[in-house]
Amino acid sequence: MAQTALKPNAPLPALDWKKWLGVLPFFLFALLFLVLPSLRLVIGSFTNNDGQFTLANIIQLFEEKSILDAYWLSIRVSAVTALGGGIFGFLLAYSVTVGGLPRPLRSALITFSGVASNFAGVPLAFAFIATLGRTGFVTALIENLFGVNLYKQTNFDLYSFAGLSLTYMYFQFPLMVLIMAPALDGLKREWREAAENLGASATQYWLRVAFPVLLPSILGSMILLFGNAFGAYATAYALTGGRLGIITIQIGAQIRGDVLHNPGLGYAMAMGMVVIMAVSLVGYSWLQRKTERWLK
Amino acid sequence: MASTQDGKVAEMNMLARIRRIPFWSWFWFILGALYFILPLYATLKFSLGMERDVIGFKAYGRAFEDPEFLSTFLYSNVLALMTIIASIVLIVPTAYWIRLRLPEARRIVEFITLLPFVVPAIILVFGLIRIYSSPINVPFTEMTLLQPLTTFEVGTDILIVAGYVVLGLPYMYRSVDTGMRTVDVRTLTEAAQSLGASWFTIIVRVILPNIRAALLSGALLTFAIVVGEVTLASFLGVPTFGPYLFLLGQHRAYEPAALSFASFLLTWAAMGLIQLFTGGQGQVSGAH
Repeated sequence: MAQTALKPNAPLPALDWKKWLGVLPFFLFALLFLVLPSLRLVIGSFTNNDGQFTLANIIQLFEEKSILDAYWLSIRVSAVTALGGGIFGFLLAYSVTVGGLPRPLRSALITFSGVASNFAGVPLAFAFIATLGRTGFVTALIENLFGVNLYKQTNFDLYSFAGLSLTYMYFQFPLMVLIMAPALDGLKREWREAAENLGASATQYWLRVAFPVLLPSILGSMILLFGNAFGAYATAYALTGGRLGIITIQIGAQIRGDVLHNPGLGYAMAMGMVVIMAVSLVGYSWLQRKTERWLK
Repeated sequence: MASTQDGKVAEMNMLARIRRIPFWSWFWFILGALYFILPLYATLKFSLGMERDVIGFKAYGRAFEDPEFLSTFLYSNVLALMTIIASIVLIVPTAYWIRLRLPEARRIVEFITLLPFVVPAIILVFGLIRIYSSPINVPFTEMTLLQPLTTFEVGTDILIVAGYVVLGLPYMYRSVDTGMRTVDVRTLTEAAQSLGASWFTIIVRVILPNIRAALLSGALLTFAIVVGEVTLASFLGVPTFGPYLFLLGQHRAYEPAALSFASFLLTWAAMGLIQLFTGGQGQVSGAH
């Protein structure tokens, strides 16, 4: 250590590997608590009860209807909240950046979005039960104003697909606001002026200049929202008590006790999730690179 | 004649002014504000109604008096503190070393810090439990080095703090890395070295103070993730605030609402402080 300190700019090539010692603790930590646990699940999903290699778990994953249903429900909830949260979040970010609202509203919205995107899990579930539960505040409000009881006269149920999606929206659209506000700030004034000088209308400017520039960023952020909802467990568990069978809740049940009577299948279920998350992250970083061409 | 023209001009001014009011912007903003506020208002209103016909803080008093609340909340805070310290000890020297001597490791380290996005908490805890529920042996022998970490308290504490460090890794690393970009690490290091400082002194007394704003924002975000966390805590059986609140919700009504509202205020405090230290750059996390 002291030796290298004396000649900071002259590393000897023979001693090059020693530089890597500086990041060894980090790699060791990542190996022990991130890589090995993930690898254990991957290996487990290709192993049968006798410890031999098998593809049976992966095949069974696609044959078991309850598992496919769970994936499909999770994908639907994540897609709906990513799309809905994405559009709503974009409109909100638009209205406080280039939409002409007073400046103070912008910082208020950004602060609140920072809080709401971090406000999740059990407290969020309880807040929505107090809002849209059977005796919730908004449920009562709607009954008083419109004479419609959500639970008796409509099919609405907080502990179902629609309810879970509404609850997830609470942390989804603020996340979109936080990502999109800087992106909208990145639209250069010169682009708009150039478009106007060439005779473009506001609609033309948005459709042919601003929107194409923003599109990769919008899509990328929606993918991020998708992953954000797809991996969520605590909110759904606290809201529905494990009754709504999204994939994270099924995996949770499998960890608690081997409900599938096949540990390998449980590992395969977890690996399936990791694969979907990985595909979304790859898509996200690809779009991120496209975004950086125009918006830094 | 003149007066009708004036009238027309005034009318046009009016119209222009109305047109200049961004109707749709206001519409979306108000809708967003309602979505934010209604659940909070509903929770607050419900939590204040514990006694019939009286608005009062009885539920808050009851909730905060519960010794189990105190112990679990304290436990969560201690874990959050341990996580923050462990993250800093792990990440600051790594980010520093990469910047100073090992730029070729940047890509791989950044890749690792993104992995927690691919491995959500539920998957992470699944893997951790399966790996660390068997005893740790001396490699290639049957000699047991350590009992399974999941079977004793210090063991599960180690596991949960490690898990939280993993969950906070993307945010902490990015904070620290951004912080280091704004200070000239190389010049600071050379200056400190020429004055005879050791590596330890350089990191603790030169680098850390220079990136304190970034550290603080990373730390607060980690705090916000850890204090209410449920998934890791409940599967590892660690008695923290998250699982306590969940169980309380199973057999009580008002106290959980009170604690939910209180934890919203706590999240707000953490985020508000981040805003203060980073000058309005919002930070985002994702432990849902």
